[in-house]
Amino acid sequence: MFIKDYLKNNLIFLDGGMGTMLQKNGLKAGELPERFNVSNPEIVTSIHKAYFDAGSNVISTNTFGANVLKYNEKELENIIKSAVQNVKTAREQSKGSQPKWIALDVGPTGRMLAPYGDLSFEDAVNVFKKTVEFGVKYGVDLILIETMTDSYETKAAVIASKECCNLPIFVSNAFGEDGCLMTGANAFSLVTMLEGLGVDAIGANCSFGPKQLMPIIDEYLKHSSTPILVEPNAGLPRVVDGKTVYDVTTKEFAYDVCTLINKGVRIVGGCCGTTPEHIRELVNSAKGLKVAPIEKKNVTAISSYTHAVEFNIEPILIGERINPTGKKKLKEALKNGDIDYVLKEAVTQQEKGVHVLDVNVGLPEINEVQVLTDVVKQVQSIVDLPLQIDTSNVSAMESALRIYNGKPMINSVNGKEESMQAVFPLVKKYGGLVVCLTLDENGIPQTAEGRLEIAKRILAKAKEYGLDKKDLIFDPLALTISADKNSGIETIKAVKLITEELGAKTSLGVSNVSFGLPNRDAINGAFFTMALNSGLSCAIMNPNSMEMMKAYHAFKALNGLDENFLDYIKFTSELPQTVIGGEVQVQEAKSVQEAKTQLQNAIIKGLKERTAVITQELLKTQEPLDIIENEIIPALNIVGKGFENKTVYLPQLLMSAEASKVAFDGIKEKMKNSGVSSKCPIVIATVKGDIHDIGKNIVKLLLENYGFLVYDLGKDVAPEKIAEKVLALNAPIVCLSALMTTTVPSMEQTIKLVRQKAPWCKVLVGGAVLNKDYANQIGADYYAKDAMEAVRCAEEIQENIVKNNEEK
Amino acid sequence: MYTILQKSYSAPKVNVKEILRYAGVKEGDGGISELLKECLIEVENELVYRVCYAEFNCKIYGEIIDLEFVKINSKNLSSNLKNANKCIVFCATIGAKIDRLIAKYSVISPLKALLFQAIGAERIESLCNLFNNEIKQSYNAVKPRFSPGYGDLRVELQREIIEVLGANKRIGVTLNESLLMSPSKSVTAFIGANSSEK
Repeated sequence: MFIKDYLKNNLIFLDGGMGTMLQKNGLKAGELPERFNVSNPEIVTSIHKAYFDAGSNVISTNTFGANVLKYNEKELENIIKSAVQNVKTAREQSKGSQPKWIALDVGPTGRMLAPYGDLSFEDAVNVFKKTVEFGVKYGVDLILIETMTDSYETKAAVIASKECCNLPIFVSNAFGEDGCLMTGANAFSLVTMLEGLGVDAIGANCSFGPKQLMPIIDEYLKHSSTPILVEPNAGLPRVVDGKTVYDVTTKEFAYDVCTLINKGVRIVGGCCGTTPEHIRELVNSAKGLKVAPIEKKNVTAISSYTHAVEFNIEPILIGERINPTGKKKLKEALKNGDIDYVLKEAVTQQEKGVHVLDVNVGLPEINEVQVLTDVVKQVQSIVDLPLQIDTSNVSAMESALRIYNGKPMINSVNGKEESMQAVFPLVKKYGGLVVCLTLDENGIPQTAEGRLEIAKRILAKAKEYGLDKKDLIFDPLALTISADKNSGIETIKAVKLITEELGAKTSLGVSNVSFGLPNRDAINGAFFTMALNSGLSCAIMNPNSMEMMKAYHAFKALNGLDENFLDYIKFTSELPQTVIGGEVQVQEAKSVQEAKTQLQNAIIKGLKERTAVITQELLKTQEPLDIIENEIIPALNIVGKGFENKTVYLPQLLMSAEASKVAFDGIKEKMKNSGVSSKCPIVIATVKGDIHDIGKNIVKLLLENYGFLVYDLGKDVAPEKIAEKVLALNAPIVCLSALMTTTVPSMEQTIKLVRQKAPWCKVLVGGAVLNKDYANQIGADYYAKDAMEAVRCAEEIQENIVKNNEEK
Repeated sequence: MYTILQKSYSAPKVNVKEILRYAGVKEGDGGISELLKECLIEVENELVYRVCYAEFNCKIYGEIIDLEFVKINSKNLSSNLKNANKCIVFCATIGAKIDRLIAKYSVISPLKALLFQAIGAERIESLCNLFNNEIKQSYNAVKPRFSPGYGDLRVELQREIIEVLGANKRIGVTLNESLLMSPSKSVTAFIGANSSEK
């Protein structure tokens, strides 16, 4: 019998702890438990057999840490082969009459995935693939991915398993006391991601005893339509008189796990500290318990690496600002690889209160597959909102879906056969809530009924691919009323029809409606209210639009969705302040003569907003370069000298630097138009193997302050990549940072390569472990002990370049 | 046989002076203290305080230390552990969320990134101090903690420590190829003690 069929009407019992049992049987400290499969097969087999005898249906192979990062491929294969054989032998030897299966046990790789570690997502997938391939080769019945503390690594393991076999996949995570995984995911977000990936069981193991796991299991059961698995510890270990004891007795364990079964858990076993006795007690206690059917929950949700966003009664706002259409600055940023600009756009929208971020990088002149994937990764590294992957390029869509950490929204599919054939298989494989545009080969129907018909067709087709209605969200398309006065009303009608007749969720790109009209915001706000009132679930919108935000908050307040009007009050309390603040600042800056000293003052004090206002005022009457020369540089020099004389400390230096950067941003805009060039280009990076970049970022900020064109390659950058960029820019300066003794060799390598490829380029190094002698030793031209000194060095190099040019 | 124990603490008392020291700032610098307060509020619910540890028998032969799971050659550790017959090996972390905050503010405000960096440094040190004080209460003749990378103690030892403690599965600590720990605000260390003296 297949385990998936058995699971429909039965409880499944897993095994209990392995590590502690091995220790009792002679595994020494520091010895790798997986090697025991080969060196002591009879011991491992006897433990497996004891669990089968106790009533376990599923025994996991002793392969928790069996992966190619720990063992070479040959040994890995041998270990997994023996591990599977040990369970098979135990199965033959055990007289228990229950159905018995063998699970390939897959634990974490032991390495953190990028961006917080150095293992790339694809490398992680490949590590898991090797393990799973061998497990499948030697005949396991299912894959049990367990004790995962990172949702991203969990996803890598699931994708690897899906790509190696069609066996059932059970997934179990290890939680902390905060109810989250180490990297932040809560139970709801895990259910959302894992159901999207189509796993066969979702669970929690390790961490605590059964009682402490209950709140997490409750969360699982509330949201999951997939069977729930649980393998608690026997509590926490203590040492009593030199012996290890666990604080949950076998009886207590069995009783608590039975409580979980009564709540709806279907797959149960034990983790650390549990023994065959725990399982026997559990199997006996669970006899006669009623097996609850697995209910289908109608939850429409997406997730980030921390939390899920549910599409329910409360409307969801999707920030539209990361989309180059009609945005000159963003276009430039994407073309130049200026990721910081994109990230700031992401953070700003989050601060304005959106729930989801749309990410669209569609530009004809860029490699969309690469750029979309990079932007998704980068945005996810600093913003915890779920994303909407927005592209018409199917390869880019797949690549972004694959590396996305969670379950994203996908924008979009439409009623065209070709579109559905391309997009639905991707949704099925990676999971996602897909936006379905109600248009087809014949265009967009004029009437609401026509759009409903297409929605129905899309839904029917999606079902053929095994997708549920809850994973589709229909966009009946807002068209501009200036072209057809009835189009607004038809769209609203379509929202209503899809909501009521189809019982499905809807989405709109609201602002299209006002195209071509003056004061678009007024129309957008009113249209948004109308759509919300007709059942709209979410809107793709600009959170800077005051009218739209007003409409959203007022709608929530009026519909009883804002307890005590807290959100509304918070929103409005921020409104007048910004207006008043702006006025005051403009008034203060009215005299340019006065503002001259004011700007220096503002920069020295590190007042960002004031700096911005005064700069704009100055720009009306002064040349950009004059402002830099007469205002910003002198101000920075005052702070810089103070820093060098130790009267000003790093944080104040940074405050001033951040303020002057604001001034620079305003000036740069102007300079672009007037064609004034800045100083020479500088390439900056933290060298390979090193992920510390605070120091590097400070140097970058200050160099930018002093007018250098800084190209930041980020952290952990390979020598080749640095040399390549220096060459491409013909850069006269490269700045390298390393914080650890272990990465200084990598710095040395980089310097060698730069020397070889770009002998003209001066190398400036810095970082905690370096000093002048060390810098000389590894062949650097300059060593800077801090950011100010880096600026001085760069200026010296710049001056030499200018001198040389003049001599020529 | 050894037992791996694990513990979770509530937040140790914040030492603002120490944070300012890590940030490279003198006390009472107007705007910074205000900003630091803001950062402390922002970080308050983002941290965990987790430790896993085990006690091993410690035998010292000159510069060679035998800790059951590993033999270490180190003059400095050997003198640190002098007369110890037990060694508590531990791994502590304040979790991964601080790393995300640092990364986020590296993009939007290097100043705040610096402050979060300093907060992280102070928090993990405070956690280690808290743990050390507990060890002092349960053992005799407890030595100051000693980490891989101190003196001549090779930094690669972190690998063995994390492996033997199962620190990855217990508290989520991993090591990358360049021997950096992730979460970055994590510590591994040895604490010598003697079970016979009083």
